[in-house]
Amino acid sequence: MRLNNENRGERLYKFFIYFVLAILAVLILVPVVWVLVASVKETSEHYGSPWALPSHIHLQNFADAWTKANMGGYMLHSVTITVMALAILLVVALPASYCLARFKFVGGKFLNTCFMAGLFINVNYIVVPIYLMLSDGDKWLKGILGNGFLLNNHIVVAVVYAATALPFTIYLLSSYFATLPHDFEEAAYIDGAGYARTMVQVIFPMAKPSIITVILFNFLSFWNEYIIIKTLVTNKDQWTLPAGLLNLMQAQQSAAEYGPMYAGLVLVMLPVLILYICVQKNLTKGMTVGGLKG
Amino acid sequence: MKSNFKRTGFIFLCVAPAVILFAIFMVAPTFNVFRLSLYQRSTFNPNEVFIGLKNFEMLLKDATFIRSMQNMLLLIVMVTVFTMATALVFAGILTREKLRGQDFFRIVFYIPNILSVVVISGIFSAIYDIDRGLLNSILNLFGQEGILWKGEQHVIMSLVIAMVWQAIGYYMVMYMASMSAVPGSLYESASLDGADRVTQFFQITIPLIWTNIRTTLTFFIISTINMAFLFVSAMTGGGPNNASNVALLYMYNQKNLGGGYGYAMAIGVVIFLVSFGLSALVNKVTEREILEY
Repeated sequence: MRLNNENRGERLYKFFIYFVLAILAVLILVPVVWVLVASVKETSEHYGSPWALPSHIHLQNFADAWTKANMGGYMLHSVTITVMALAILLVVALPASYCLARFKFVGGKFLNTCFMAGLFINVNYIVVPIYLMLSDGDKWLKGILGNGFLLNNHIVVAVVYAATALPFTIYLLSSYFATLPHDFEEAAYIDGAGYARTMVQVIFPMAKPSIITVILFNFLSFWNEYIIIKTLVTNKDQWTLPAGLLNLMQAQQSAAEYGPMYAGLVLVMLPVLILYICVQKNLTKGMTVGGLKG
Repeated sequence: MKSNFKRTGFIFLCVAPAVILFAIFMVAPTFNVFRLSLYQRSTFNPNEVFIGLKNFEMLLKDATFIRSMQNMLLLIVMVTVFTMATALVFAGILTREKLRGQDFFRIVFYIPNILSVVVISGIFSAIYDIDRGLLNSILNLFGQEGILWKGEQHVIMSLVIAMVWQAIGYYMVMYMASMSAVPGSLYESASLDGADRVTQFFQITIPLIWTNIRTTLTFFIISTINMAFLFVSAMTGGGPNNASNVALLYMYNQKNLGGGYGYAMAIGVVIFLVSFGLSALVNKVTEREILEY
């Protein structure tokens, strides 16, 4: 009798857990799916019940967002800036983390501490001084060359993205490099490989999982970023997707053209969602690579 | 000797670019936050004039600043408590129980974390809309009046909901990773001793991952200051009537509000100090003897 009771309690408990988990999943999925559905609704349908399904798939919203709202241009800027920033970041951070983790040299400890401290400096605290520095630089350049090129420059934005991502990236990479046994390098040196060749051909290939994690996390933060681009680029046409979308959202609120706005939302969201579904194992596993062990 | 020279050269070439970028775009601006807070400088008057602590004196009398600090602290406390509590409980459930579709739940719960804050605020604007919003349409179903979600009265709560929605998955996955490292034998012997799930959770799981909770808590406070800024600037712009203004946004907006850069940086210094003070406080309060398993 007692056993039976316990069993029933167990079953009820399991059911309750599933119920709560399902509710949470619904709370997360419904808003996302709702926006996907709303993006193919006709303008008139946005004034009906928010739960009604669209009568047909109205793709005109996407065409409007792409051309009229300049989402196509924003998309291009997002892609180029993200790719440039990732490239700069990897070229700079990989050798640096390798050396910081594997070589003992004067000032190495100090540099490690500095980069660790950098983890606590959020870029949004310092975006105003960065802006001031660049605008001062532009004024100075104008005096010499007659033209400043530091503000409104996508390359500079990419460099700022990469530079501000350095502490996190170096932290993540060097904690991986530190775990490798030194035998790998010794074997390579004996075979006659130099420092650079050992690093590029022996060590980096082994660090592939960590490099993928770094690329994923930084891709997300660069792709989704909108404060720096809005500050360092004053020309609205040169913005990236999130900044342009925010602009569109604020403009659309008065014009009440919901279709293109939701289409814009989907355009920002979709590449990230697709990437996430492809690599979700790496992403959620990679999160613990940095070694926040209990 | 030659090889030593080579080694130094190699290290220098590898480390120098990172150090230079870090120095120019992180160290120098951080230093400038503190330096400029003692100066007067604006868009129209770019010459820097040293004025000592005047900016800070002005801050103490600035009602908007005080309100934005209060909002910031309120958001930190509420978002931290809700996120941490829910994330810990759900992580505990998902790691301890043998459930079907665990991977599905893990994937779904992590989705909000990968979306841009702009996208999330767009989604929540649709949810909070007065006439066509999802929430008000549900309220209407039950014969309730719609609520002005972004009005002065409810705006902070609306922000908290959006921010918790965004953050929960990340912390859940984080805690799941550390909880799964706790050996199952501990739970087996505990249940033989008659400890139920709730007791196990509080007596075994929480104490054993305490170090992890502390670390995440410190980072969470710092990142919430930043997230609050991102959410508020995308969702409400600080309105209505500064009801949702937060300190970091108030600092950022000084650029457009007559451009008092020195004043803006004084706000930045206060935020810096408050965030470090809070982290140190949390670190001190949560100090426990470290348990090993």
